[in-house]
Amino acid sequence: MIPLELPDPLQLAEAIVQGNRSAVANALNIIDNKRPEAKECSAQLLSALPQKKLLEEGHLIGITGPPGAGKSSLVSALIHIWRKAGVSIGVLAVDPSSRISGGALLGDRLRIKLPQFDEGLFIRSLASRGHLGGLASEVWPMGLVLLACFDLVIIETIGVGQTEIDIANVSDTVCYIAQPASGDSIQYLKSGVMEIPDVLVVNKSDLGTPAKKTARELTRCLVPPESQTDWSIPVHLVSASEGSGIEKLAQIFEEHRAWLSQANKLTSSRVEHQAAWGIKLLREEFGRHGLELVGGETTLLQQWTSHVASPLEIFEVFRKKILTHWKKI
Amino acid sequence: MENAQTIKKDRPWLMRTYSGHSSAKASNELYRTNLAKGQTGLSVAFDLPTQTGYDSDHPLAYGEVGKVGVPISHIEDMDQLFEEIPLDKMNTSMTINAPTAWLMALYFGLAERRGIDLKLLNGTTQNDIVKEYLSRGTYIFPPGPSMRLTADTINYTVKNVPKWNPTNVCSYHLQEAGATPVQELAYALSTGIAVLDKVKESGEISPEDFPQVVGRISYFVNAGIRFVEEICKLRAFTELWDEITEKRYGVEDSKLRRFRYGVQVNSLGLTETQPENNVQRIVLEMLAVVLSKNARARAVQLPAWNEAMGLPRPWDQQWSLRIQQVLAYETDLLEYGDLFDGSPVIQEKVDALVAGAREEMSKVESQGGIIHAIESGYIKRELVNSHMQRLRAIESGDLKIIGINCFEETTDSPLTQGSDGGIMKVDPQAERDQIERLRAHKANRNQQEAEAALKGLEDTAKSDNNIMPAAIRCAQTGVTTGEWGNCLREVFGEFRPPTGIDISIQAKGNAEKIEQLRSRIKETVEAIGRPLKLLVGKPGLDGHSNGAEQIAVKARDVGFEVVYDGIRLTPQQIAQAAQEEGVHMVGLSILSGSHLELIKTVIEEMGNRDMKSTPVIAGGIIPVEDEKLLEGFGVKAVYTPKNFDMNAIMGDMVDIIRKSHGLEPYGNVV
Repeated sequence: MIPLELPDPLQLAEAIVQGNRSAVANALNIIDNKRPEAKECSAQLLSALPQKKLLEEGHLIGITGPPGAGKSSLVSALIHIWRKAGVSIGVLAVDPSSRISGGALLGDRLRIKLPQFDEGLFIRSLASRGHLGGLASEVWPMGLVLLACFDLVIIETIGVGQTEIDIANVSDTVCYIAQPASGDSIQYLKSGVMEIPDVLVVNKSDLGTPAKKTARELTRCLVPPESQTDWSIPVHLVSASEGSGIEKLAQIFEEHRAWLSQANKLTSSRVEHQAAWGIKLLREEFGRHGLELVGGETTLLQQWTSHVASPLEIFEVFRKKILTHWKKI
Repeated sequence: MENAQTIKKDRPWLMRTYSGHSSAKASNELYRTNLAKGQTGLSVAFDLPTQTGYDSDHPLAYGEVGKVGVPISHIEDMDQLFEEIPLDKMNTSMTINAPTAWLMALYFGLAERRGIDLKLLNGTTQNDIVKEYLSRGTYIFPPGPSMRLTADTINYTVKNVPKWNPTNVCSYHLQEAGATPVQELAYALSTGIAVLDKVKESGEISPEDFPQVVGRISYFVNAGIRFVEEICKLRAFTELWDEITEKRYGVEDSKLRRFRYGVQVNSLGLTETQPENNVQRIVLEMLAVVLSKNARARAVQLPAWNEAMGLPRPWDQQWSLRIQQVLAYETDLLEYGDLFDGSPVIQEKVDALVAGAREEMSKVESQGGIIHAIESGYIKRELVNSHMQRLRAIESGDLKIIGINCFEETTDSPLTQGSDGGIMKVDPQAERDQIERLRAHKANRNQQEAEAALKGLEDTAKSDNNIMPAAIRCAQTGVTTGEWGNCLREVFGEFRPPTGIDISIQAKGNAEKIEQLRSRIKETVEAIGRPLKLLVGKPGLDGHSNGAEQIAVKARDVGFEVVYDGIRLTPQQIAQAAQEEGVHMVGLSILSGSHLELIKTVIEEMGNRDMKSTPVIAGGIIPVEDEKLLEGFGVKAVYTPKNFDMNAIMGDMVDIIRKSHGLEPYGNVV
């Protein structure tokens, strides 16, 4: 085995918070690495990131929807607006991989990026890597690294089945982009296959009637909020190609973020999300058996959500525990 | 032997050479020399900044000024380009697309300044934006506004410059992008339809004048080495266009329904190895477009034998002109009627092509026409697929190319032994001179007049009025190409293309080699700990993206995660993308001749971002002696048209990545 050159996790975490792009890129590479020493390093890195940022600040927006709904163009249009307002942005763009070769064409970057050079925008493309119907496990820690560095983090991915649940578990705000004149989204919503997003968007409003019709049908599927203080899910029409409705959408995202803070939901839902992903990552690294060595999944989750320490510290503690068990065996 | 004096011969086609380089002054000298040698028309090649609406001092123009053509930034450049060339007597073809309205404005504006009646001007502007989206890549604006500009130029010339051919619908670049003859026919004719529909819809032309517009539409086609099929393709074009113009547009006068076309024969099949063989390829390809009288080209330009090696020199261009002259003046070709009328073999092939093209055209029509089919990515996908099939056929040996995959043994060619390596070099000083000239021009013009003209352009762009009068006013007040481009970019926005690389994976071809590559990659991924990630991008303004796309698709097929970052990137943007994406290798493709400057800067920019150890490879039209220079900059491998074996390239790439991580290379893929 060739030796891996790994930086000091504490210094790396500090550089990330200071907005060092090279440090962010390096951290993402380490998280992406499957070698045990890299796993160790990224666990330490995650727990060294400032908890205040990860639990109380910034905004994680998940954008999902069927292929061809125009997600990338919409993200691009949103970025244009946010960058004008001086908001710094980190993007994770997830594309599917080929099951035959393991290779992937990561084309979203091309659709998302701005024509000019811009240091306030950071895009990392990621292949789904055979995680059928789910997000690659790297997405969550990568999202946290970006959150520690940028004002706003976007995670963009094709949404089908399991991915919907995964994306809800990494984002503060989940936005689903529906394709006009396609009944899929409505069927998913009705049947409960799809998690209910926080914001529903119908793209291609320039098509006119079909887009309006889809928006009406989606609105009909939604259950009105129980109380006035609940979030009322908007169904919003946009046209990424004509640039209409985009500013309003950016505003809706901001409103949802404000509502989360007001309702004291931001931190609690981030803790839950982090626990869910922590378990997913541990399961991936050590298997179900590894998890059972420290009490099994359900017990873990309970400890996690009721614990006073930060979820990332707990992740690190559990990881150590399992590793110690392994060594004993 | 009969007395040559008494035989009635057809008039030969217009003979041109696609040329222009360094500066307006240098190009003007070249044009006058070429005309003295018997060339009968001019074909202006513009440099990439001009073609994409930038001034010579824009960051994206760095290294590209004067490379693939002449830089024209303002009316004084245009004046110098045509110094001592009478515009009213010349037949000028301009290969210009996205900024056609602008270059027309500079040419017409110059004619007016010289006191020449616009009605006397003869010439052609390429003005086919569709193929820019599909293959050539020098687009600026989105399809909607681009088609409006096309309609404006047609409406303006039909009324004011009646001998001008305002648009040359191009099938040339479709073939370069991999189109089969059927695809070439279908997509080119669908484009012709889109143009005419747009003009009709603009309502500027009365129904009774519309047939005149139809009669001004001409085509620019390609002729490949399968020259019998190419003869049939051109006859099929003639049949189909006659039918379309009659049925769809109700044109009664058969002369106005005639398929009029110019040709540049195929550069795609020209080889870098044994380059002298390209001469016979060029001759045979030319036969395809002149042999049949009923489908004969109106203007022909031939590439030079050494185009796959670099920029041709004046002598190389002279050789190509002489090929035309021998065929037109020495042979008896022009003494006969059509040689193929009544040939059952030819007619059968023509019928098959016509049927295939009709089917494909109806597919396009059912998607709402060519513009929609481009926006959806359908056409690009079809073309990338066809191109891939072609490359696979070369790899497997099913498609034979002498000197490439058979008969490879050769004696050293005396043609490439000269001190210049058999190609032309553009003096880097030309770019600096051009920038100085531009700045001096801006300092000398009446600023208020120029600004007022630009404001007028902006207002016209926002209205439904024809853009041409406002553009001509800009030209005459000294507005620059970059100012024109920026003004309209603000109003119209910029186009983002679908890449066409999202085609499905194919395990066909040499399955064993592919399996071997996949397992090598898998092993390397395990050793390194991360999937192998590759960034493919094109620095500079060159839009010929076929090579980069083929590498991207192939790399995906063998197991790379490929970030395809597209065209028109500054070195800074590429280095930034490489860093953000955390790639293991950067692949750059450049065909414009500006590889030295651009690649050197990319490597420097990567160094600034702690990416010194990430290997960079390059591909394109890169002369042998430049390969050495590039390696000196730190480039790990250079691939040129002689490297047709994609599996070998992939194996090489894996080894380069392995070496950069301290792993043993595998060696050749067998």
